[in-house]
Amino acid sequence: MNKVFVVAVKEFKDGLRNRWVAGITVVLALFAMAISYFGAAASGMVGFTSLSTTIVSLSSLAIFLIPLIALILAYDSIVGEEEQGTLILLLTYPLKRSELLAGKFAGHAAMMALSTLLGFGSAGILIAVFSEQVDLGELLVAYSMFIATSILLGWVFIALAYLVSVMSQEKSRASGVALLIWFAFVFVFDLLLLGLLVATGGAVGDDLFGWLLLLNPTDIFRLINLGGFEATQIQSGLASIADKQMIQPLVLWSSLLAWIVIPCLIAAWRFNKRVV
Amino acid sequence: MSVEAIHFEHVVMNFGKVQALNDISLQIGQGQVVGLLGHNGAGKTTSIKIILGILRPTFGTVRVFGYDPANDVKMAALRKQMGYLPENLSFYPQLSGRETLQYFARLKGAGRQEQEQLLDEVGLLHAADRRVKTYSKGMRQRLGLAQAMLNQPKLLILDEPTVGLDPVATRDLYDKIERLKQQGTTIILCSHVLSGIEEHLDRALILSAGKILAQGSIDELRNQAQLPMTIHVRGKISNQDWLDKLSSQGVSTQRINSHQYILSAAVDRKLSLLQALAVENEIEDIEINLPTLESIYIHYNTQSLAGSDEPCKQGGNAR
Repeated sequence: MNKVFVVAVKEFKDGLRNRWVAGITVVLALFAMAISYFGAAASGMVGFTSLSTTIVSLSSLAIFLIPLIALILAYDSIVGEEEQGTLILLLTYPLKRSELLAGKFAGHAAMMALSTLLGFGSAGILIAVFSEQVDLGELLVAYSMFIATSILLGWVFIALAYLVSVMSQEKSRASGVALLIWFAFVFVFDLLLLGLLVATGGAVGDDLFGWLLLLNPTDIFRLINLGGFEATQIQSGLASIADKQMIQPLVLWSSLLAWIVIPCLIAAWRFNKRVV
Repeated sequence: MSVEAIHFEHVVMNFGKVQALNDISLQIGQGQVVGLLGHNGAGKTTSIKIILGILRPTFGTVRVFGYDPANDVKMAALRKQMGYLPENLSFYPQLSGRETLQYFARLKGAGRQEQEQLLDEVGLLHAADRRVKTYSKGMRQRLGLAQAMLNQPKLLILDEPTVGLDPVATRDLYDKIERLKQQGTTIILCSHVLSGIEEHLDRALILSAGKILAQGSIDELRNQAQLPMTIHVRGKISNQDWLDKLSSQGVSTQRINSHQYILSAAVDRKLSLLQALAVENEIEDIEINLPTLESIYIHYNTQSLAGSDEPCKQGGNAR
């Protein structure tokens, strides 16, 4: 059996057994249902309202939860094995370090994908059943895109978690850095951009601003999901400032993929250099 | 002629400014059981990691069965033939013993039947479906041994294998080592638990501060160290002249009471001394203690401590 596959299966089974998959699924499903039900509360209504409101609310939820879950899930994958004494053992087995990392990524990625699909998917079915004004075809397209990008967003942060894990000597430190990364991308980055915008009196220019958003995977996620809705600009935060004509969907999707591939490659490189 | 199991030529390993191995050259033939002895920081684990290909030495040549262990090309084939039990191995708490072994067996390409057999051999069959979390230290150690023996390795490296094992399990381990040795397995035992290990070793290597202090069979080391044996005598040494004369012959005597004496002398005087003891005195009992591996080990280490100023000075000059 392929070594990468053996590692991936073990990670995935661990995830099922530790109830990670079940836990993430339930959390995502419950929050998604609640958020889409109360999402329109700001405009004075409750219940499943327009598709755009629902997707905007769900995107904010996903940006908040998915990176956090992915980081917690994967931050200890290397440094944790080292503390158990199993890392050094695995490295004496006939598998390369990159294969170990690839196997772990495949396992974690599958867990994250399954949980996201089940969690957000079940909420989606409920929305489809209970909302009267939403066109089912439109919902299906928008919602599929939402789930797909949520999965990719999860993978981005799994990759970042590996980067943290291979570069940390202690588990406790790795968890601290992982939380900082979450905080930086989910809160600080946008705040800084906003500050830049205000301080320069908007002189940064739409062009540059759009490209700067690509430096934050959560903003890319937002741009993809909100891009289709004109009505959502007020609620979509910073993403609404970017010129949607300039940043093509292709650019956005490939940037999101780059956010998975590049951290993984750096992690593999650092892992190879790590003295165990 | 078969190729050596392990060959080190002028191996130096530096971690930043710290020199973990300082010009180590050694050969270990196939089928030998070798003890790697030394206290923490002596370079045992570093040497092992280099043999296993986890570390690449800063300078020098390393060959394991004729190949460079840190080279990726031959890596898989070589590693299938090596078994390793690391120190401080706690495994995956949430997996059962059987699942743990299965995971490692799949990575190494070992069969199902072998897994069950190994679980049986290390005495874990009854606990195989329990989670490793509930295992005692000794049980984890035995699971680690089972893992190391997957695929019938040609080279087995055990780092502190007896830690946490009860006396019966320790004896079982040494029995297993003897059996593997019969099959031609090369075995490296790393330990600082020295009693009981010596009779199983073909050779011992004593490491300290990244250097080999001494190497050879236990007998050779004993001779090199010229440590005295001690003879515990019970009875009456009636011939006082004979006793007095002993000290001029290089035998030290110590009288514990009127009925007990301790003599210590060079090992090669054993027979003549025993003869004289029995003929000239009224002896009830004699107990001979030959220098143990432990005392040899302590001897070499204190010797190196006494002479350890020298290399420091050299280092100072080189800068």
